Amino acid sequence: MSEKPKVAFYWCASCGGCEEAVVDLAEKILDVVGAVDIVFWPVALDFKRHDVEALADGALLATFLNGAIRTTEQEEMARLLRKKSKLMIAFGACSHLGGIPGLANLWDRETIFQTAYRDSPSTVNPEGITPQPRHRVDGFELTLPGFFDTVRALDQVVEVDYYIPGCAPTPKIILAAVQTLLSGQLPPRGAVLAPDRALCDECPRKDSRPEKLMLTAFKRPHEVILEEDKCLLAQGVLCMGPATRGGCEALCLQGNMPCTGCFGPTSRVRDQGAKALSAVASLVESDDADEIDRILAAIPDPVGTFYRYSLPTSRLRRKRPAAAARAGEKIAA
Amino acid sequence: MQEPKRNGNGAGGVGVYVCHCGTNIAGIIDVRELAAYAAGLPGVTVAREYKYVCSDPGQEFIKQDIRALGLGRVVVAACSPCLHEKTFRRATEQGGLNPFYFQMVNLREHDSWVHTDREAATEKAKDLVRAAVRRVRLHQPLERRRVPIDPKVLVVGGGIAGIHAALTLANAGKKVYLVEREPTIGGHMAQFDKTFPTLDCAACILTPKMTAVRSHPNITLWTYSEVTKVDGYVGNFKVTVKRKPRYIVEELCLGCLECIEACVYKQAKVPDEFNLGLGKRKPIYLPFPQAVPQVVVIDPETCIEFKSGKCKKTCVEVCGDRLAIDFKQQERIEEVEVGTIILATGFQPFDARRIPYYGYGTYPGVYTALEVERLVNAAGPTGGEVLLRDGHKPRTIGIIHCVGSRDEHTHRYCSRVCCMYSLKLAHLLKEKTDAEVYNFYIDIRAPGKAFEEFYNRVAEEGTHFIRGKVADVYPEPNGTGRLVLQAEDTLLGLVRRIPVDMVVLATGLEARADAQEVRRLFNITCSTEGFFLERHPKLAPVNTFTDGIFLAGCCQGPKDIPDTVAQAGAAAAEALALVDAQFVELEPNTAYVLEEECSGCKTCVPLCPYSAITFVEAKKKAEINEVLCKGCGVCVAACPSGSIRQNLFEDAQIFEEIEGVLAHA
Repeated sequence: MSEKPKVAFYWCASCGGCEEAVVDLAEKILDVVGAVDIVFWPVALDFKRHDVEALADGALLATFLNGAIRTTEQEEMARLLRKKSKLMIAFGACSHLGGIPGLANLWDRETIFQTAYRDSPSTVNPEGITPQPRHRVDGFELTLPGFFDTVRALDQVVEVDYYIPGCAPTPKIILAAVQTLLSGQLPPRGAVLAPDRALCDECPRKDSRPEKLMLTAFKRPHEVILEEDKCLLAQGVLCMGPATRGGCEALCLQGNMPCTGCFGPTSRVRDQGAKALSAVASLVESDDADEIDRILAAIPDPVGTFYRYSLPTSRLRRKRPAAAARAGEKIAA
Repeated sequence: MQEPKRNGNGAGGVGVYVCHCGTNIAGIIDVRELAAYAAGLPGVTVAREYKYVCSDPGQEFIKQDIRALGLGRVVVAACSPCLHEKTFRRATEQGGLNPFYFQMVNLREHDSWVHTDREAATEKAKDLVRAAVRRVRLHQPLERRRVPIDPKVLVVGGGIAGIHAALTLANAGKKVYLVEREPTIGGHMAQFDKTFPTLDCAACILTPKMTAVRSHPNITLWTYSEVTKVDGYVGNFKVTVKRKPRYIVEELCLGCLECIEACVYKQAKVPDEFNLGLGKRKPIYLPFPQAVPQVVVIDPETCIEFKSGKCKKTCVEVCGDRLAIDFKQQERIEEVEVGTIILATGFQPFDARRIPYYGYGTYPGVYTALEVERLVNAAGPTGGEVLLRDGHKPRTIGIIHCVGSRDEHTHRYCSRVCCMYSLKLAHLLKEKTDAEVYNFYIDIRAPGKAFEEFYNRVAEEGTHFIRGKVADVYPEPNGTGRLVLQAEDTLLGLVRRIPVDMVVLATGLEARADAQEVRRLFNITCSTEGFFLERHPKLAPVNTFTDGIFLAGCCQGPKDIPDTVAQAGAAAAEALALVDAQFVELEPNTAYVLEEECSGCKTCVPLCPYSAITFVEAKKKAEINEVLCKGCGVCVAACPSGSIRQNLFEDAQIFEEIEGVLAHA
């Protein structure tokens, strides 16, 4: 039997990108595999839930869990893996902050089902069937995981020891995090395993931002031909870089696209969206209420822009259920 | 006896002191119950209530408890921190603690004065005290900073306010820069004929002070100049002044005025600003005979040499080897360092054209009060003879009060001086023309020293008073050339139509058109009416919200000459107090950048209303000058990576306070 520490990878409400990110380590993954025993990784290895249940509590050094918590099954698995692991690592933006799936918190279960299983143009469902937790077929009871009204980040369900940010985490961030965890030199519990400065610090376009930047119009990337070496905010394109933790080496900016905020806020900020909104609002050059409205109207989806990855863990958390239901009625009508 | 405990490090429990403020607080809030409640809060060592905590015995409780009970933090629940925060911080310090281990709860303005339900008000008081107790435990020890004061003073505006302030400071031995936009000092007062209610001649009392300014060794007078930039902070302002070219070398001009005589224009043709266009001047001119400095000025808009370059330049010829005329003179920029600034930028008269039904600018017989000042003045365009634009002497005159004052369509406020100057003009016009004079007034406001007596005197002289607002001014239908004033006489209850030869509009005083720009330049605030806002209407009437900048005269609001002079003296005294103290202590509630964490995104840099933030290229980080920082918190809120914090307003403290308020049992 090997003496190597045991680790698990698991996915919840996620797109699979975080799994790709692990594969994206390329040959470096061999170093990881050489250092640890992967005992559970549904996407790659054929171990089952009962294999995990059979482990002693605390038998795993760490679980790397990606994805948000959307269903009852995901909550059960998170609790199970928590019990079996010394360290619970939230891996990627969805697990860390709620992520893209967390934007569903602008609606509730009924509204989401209505859209997904009845109203969407590509749906063919004449009987209007929506997922049910229990269903009897030929005398057998079939079950499906329950679907929560609210999407949660991992630490809203179980205690989390460390966070690896990003949508998805970059290979460099993953390797550094794994090395930190294996080194035994653990940072303070609850730390995000990435630098704690905003992205501008490492952005190659940093110097091109003028000291006094005022904007009379916001543009979306497809509306303008972007200069490749100039601060995107200075080009009128909303960039979340100033409000987002660095560590990704400004990958999106290197691809001539604005930062969308996937690394989340720095440790000093409680609400990334509010901070970004406050910083962006201060760029608007007008004292006239109507003109300000006009300028801000160029940001068509403020929640999806400022809270793209962090709605469930923000101060807003979700739309109030009554309001979400009303929004659903509006969509239906 | 037990050794008194020193608690400089802020360990130890919280002392809570609930003030009755007489019945101000105790009348609504159950102070005994509140103190008993506070005593039971976690971390509270002692809670007391007392009639006036701000009194000496009240403060003594705090000091003794710190020593005897080893308190580490102090909470006083009393009035607004604007009133007594300093008092209690001092008491906390004298007790042996850092003065910032203190938090104040505003029970009076925030609770007892605004509520009537005793029980609910007491519950709210408990919430507020609980929040303060939780917050104060997170306070950090802070130090005040001392900043030296440059003893030089800048006075902006050379009207009577600026003149008086400058002379007061100069007489006290301080160096003063007096900057005036026009080619001469004197301001509006120089345009007045007599002053109410004493009827002494405005020029006779003003011009000696003007010449005193000119000759004072401590005053540097820059006329035809404007402040264009103000940097720095209390004690250390850097001011940029633009000196417009007057095309005369000020040091070489003797004021002989021969050049004016020699100008190729034999007749004065240009409307003369000083006489509001009622008279004429030449392109080279002295604004008025007693102008200070006695230096002529060339108006390039009308001077032939500037327009065509082909003038015979007889002015230069006559100036001869004095060489005072310089057509090539350029604008000059001066930079000065001063410690304090007095703003005395004055007012502008309400533009009577804004009320078209009074016919100003349409009917030649309608005049503004300031024009009439020039008409009755012996040095005015008519030599003091009251002649209408058609050359006739008026036999009936109507004075309309409150033009642009006390009117919701123009200015709601009372301009304070119009009643009295109208009475004065009524007297002077009657004296000079023996005309029948009708005053149309809303109320006669004569609340100053000898004002009511003057009103009685003018009434006894036979001036008519009609209480009613003039609704219309129109030409008499039968072509007499007279104007009919129509008003409802509210004492008689009927509509009066009085035909007159001359209408005088008692225009109000309003903030200058560029008051907002000036406000931004000096970083001060304006009231809703547009006048510069004083820091406190009663207790800091000449201070502004920017330390080291003071207000004098009508830039702060309409006032008469005695009040202006008194205020100018007060502003000078405030400046002197700062200068003689030699330094100021700055509050430490400033923002600071966490240098290691700052990403250098520059979001904060342009936001600071006090220009306290600079981006340091070498480090690529923002830096806050704590001397300039006023602790407004804008940058703290805006910093998108949370890398700017503020003393006394740390996130942890604010959240603790909020949670304390919301922990309502």
